[in-house]
Amino acid sequence: MTPALEVRDLHKVFGGLTVTNGVSLSVAAGERRLLIGPNGAGKTTLFNLITGDLRPTGGRILLFGTDITALAGRRRAHLGLARTYQIITLFPNETLRHNVMLALLGILPRRWNPLRRFDRDPALLAAAETVLDQVGLAHLALRQVRETAYGEQRRVEIALALAQRPRVLLLDEPFAGLSAQERRDVAALIGAIPPAMTVVMIEHDMDAALDLADRITLLDFGLVVVEGTRAEVVADARTRAVYLGG
Amino acid sequence: MNLWLILAVNSIALGGLLFLLASGFSLIFGLMRIPNLMHGSFFMLGAYLGVSFLRLGAGFWPAAILAGLALAGTGAVIERLLLRRLTGKPQAQVLLTLGMALIVADLCLMLWGGDPIEVQTPAGLTGVVPVFSVVFPTYRLVVVVIAVAIAVALWLMLERTRLGAMIRAGVDDPQMARVIGIRVSRLFSIVFSLGAGLAGLGGFIGGPILSVYPGLDQDMLPLALIIVILGGTGSLAGALVGSFVIGFLYNFGQALFPDLAYVILFVPLLAVLVIRPQGLLGKLAP
Repeated sequence: MTPALEVRDLHKVFGGLTVTNGVSLSVAAGERRLLIGPNGAGKTTLFNLITGDLRPTGGRILLFGTDITALAGRRRAHLGLARTYQIITLFPNETLRHNVMLALLGILPRRWNPLRRFDRDPALLAAAETVLDQVGLAHLALRQVRETAYGEQRRVEIALALAQRPRVLLLDEPFAGLSAQERRDVAALIGAIPPAMTVVMIEHDMDAALDLADRITLLDFGLVVVEGTRAEVVADARTRAVYLGG
Repeated sequence: MNLWLILAVNSIALGGLLFLLASGFSLIFGLMRIPNLMHGSFFMLGAYLGVSFLRLGAGFWPAAILAGLALAGTGAVIERLLLRRLTGKPQAQVLLTLGMALIVADLCLMLWGGDPIEVQTPAGLTGVVPVFSVVFPTYRLVVVVIAVAIAVALWLMLERTRLGAMIRAGVDDPQMARVIGIRVSRLFSIVFSLGAGLAGLGGFIGGPILSVYPGLDQDMLPLALIIVILGGTGSLAGALVGSFVIGFLYNFGQALFPDLAYVILFVPLLAVLVIRPQGLLGKLAP
């Protein structure tokens, strides 16, 4: 079966610094994959290469068998790729409802029609309501993002990604900076993602993330060091070497 | 009519013209994150082109519309062929707009000569109309009405339509806009073209008030900059308020303290930058 996401011998060099040094990985459709590794291992860079925020120096990226290496980031969104950021990235001056509606608009075919209403489009409004309800934020729909709490913004970010009904969702440290209760809320959200959607997640909080993952990939110095099930990766001596040294 | 009332009436009319200039400048600044140093050139070029359309036999209002459309086209071409090649290099983009401003100034001098050109007020609008207890020159009132109508149309476009929502999203966070699938480069073209068209229209309909002369571009550009910094980049309401504030300061400053005209313009700007750096109606980056 064609993998949902495939990365082949991907390289990224910044000046003289090699951040991605020949990463290859294959994520099956519907799989939940956890990417782990120390700071500077190249995890976020890998996400940035997959979404098109950065251009690779070499290698290929395939989404359901389609080579997207040279495609603009916005085109990848249209092919079913969505992501969240380590540092929360939203439209801070818009309401939660408008944020979700913009995410829906971004992939609509008729979004350029200058005469079509945005703020009272019944289909967009209804879809936004459903998604905000799904992440438990329907009661804050009319509040501006800048006026909401950090943990709520995390959920809005996930709401935006889910609103686009992506085929592959990349989550970059979705638990970063959250309280214990907020982590449980976000974990429940991620747990409720439809099984058909493929999820790749970077996370340092193993307690929260391990339960959500089918397979784990350990990166270090821009390379895949170990890949396998949770038990396999935890038992592997190379994992201990990366995290404990020696 | 006493001096104060005349100054006030002139200030309101200048504010309307300045809004046509500054609204596009503000949207371009907000979305593309660059001060477009050729925005004054768009204003002047619109005025000169309109004069040529008049000489070719067009009526005043068709000439105004043609000048606006010609400048919208010019803006689209400059954005698509030149600025887009420098995406992600704001310094190079600003320098390019500065270079283009100098080129346009020389071209205008070559094509239209160095003498100021008077633009006749369109027939039927040369008189005065009483507004409340003030006698308002009809043409200046029409300019204000046009500016307000365009302000309302721009507001409706930005607040109500899908295109406006995407522009607002691009102003808020262009990177995020790309991630959710919006083609931000197309927004750049649309906004740059729109801004150039409005400036061109403003330049020509300002003709009967300001006349058209070499250096009109360099007179207008600082005003656009001040308005946008005063009102807040990317804020339409800020551009509207800023335009009328500067319209008043400019006219009253020139009349009362001609030697200090620029001091009077820039002191409030400095005060805003120190006390409220995001501008009167701008929003701070989170």
